[in-house]
Amino acid sequence: MRRRSLAALVALLALPRQTLAQPIMNPAPGIDARMINTPQGALQSILKGAEMRRGRVRLQLPPNADNGHSVGLTVSVDSPMSEADHVLRIDLVSEKNPVPHMATFFLGPHMGRAEIESRVRLNGTQRVTAVAQLSDGSFWFEAADIAVNESACLDGG
Amino acid sequence: MTARIQVQREARRGDLIEVRILIQHPMETGFRYDALGRRTPRNVIHRFECRYGGFEVFRAAMGAGIAANPYLRFFVRAKESGDIECRWVDQENVSGFASARVTVSG
Repeated sequence: MRRRSLAALVALLALPRQTLAQPIMNPAPGIDARMINTPQGALQSILKGAEMRRGRVRLQLPPNADNGHSVGLTVSVDSPMSEADHVLRIDLVSEKNPVPHMATFFLGPHMGRAEIESRVRLNGTQRVTAVAQLSDGSFWFEAADIAVNESACLDGG
Repeated sequence: MTARIQVQREARRGDLIEVRILIQHPMETGFRYDALGRRTPRNVIHRFECRYGGFEVFRAAMGAGIAANPYLRFFVRAKESGDIECRWVDQENVSGFASARVTVSG
C-alpha cells in the first residue's frame, strides 16, 4: 500500500511541468490537450493533420545569442502576395520554450510582401521553426538553429 | 501603454510601406516569481491588429515567447491616403493604440 502511494507521488512529480503553462490557442479537435505544450503538439495544432514541406520560407536568426531574453528574427515567405496567391499565416515554434507556440501572424494580400520581423524569447540552445500556410492551404516551413548562452523564460524574465 | 510607430509619411501607389512598431510592455511570462515567492501572473499582449484605411491588413496572436517590449516590422502596400492604425490588448484587458498617416500619390 505504502509503496503504491509512493509510486503515485513519484508519478505526480514526474508529470511534465510544462502542462501547467497555458497554450496561446486551443488544441484542434482530436489533439490531446497534454500535447499542446510540446513542440510536436504545437505543430499538430497548426497543421491539423496536413503535411508541411521544407521551402519557400526563409527564417533569419543569428547563429548565437548571448542571452535569450530578446532575439531578433525575420521570417519571410516567397509569395507574390496577390489575391489569388498569398500567405495566410505564419507560426513560430520553439523547441525548448515552456510554451513552444510563440506567435501566429495573420497575413493577407494587402501586405504586398510576406516579411515580418520581431523579437522572441528563447529558453536555451535550440531549433526554431517557422511554418507558413499559403492561400491554397499548403504548409511550408524552415527551421534554424541558434545557440543561446543564457536562456530566458525561467529566470528573470 | 506607450508605443512608438514608425511609418514613412509619403508613398506612391503600389509601393511597399514599412511599418515598425515598438510597444512598451513587460510581456510577463507567468514563470517569474517575485521576492516573496509569489508567481507573477502571465500577462502578454495576446492580440495585435493593424488596419489601413479601415481594413484589417495584419493581425498577430502573441504568446510568452515574444520578448518584452514587443517589436514588429511588417509591410503594407500603398493604396490610398489614410491612417495605419494599430491596436492591441493584453490579458488584463489593457489596450493600446498607435496610428500614423500616410499620403499616397500617383
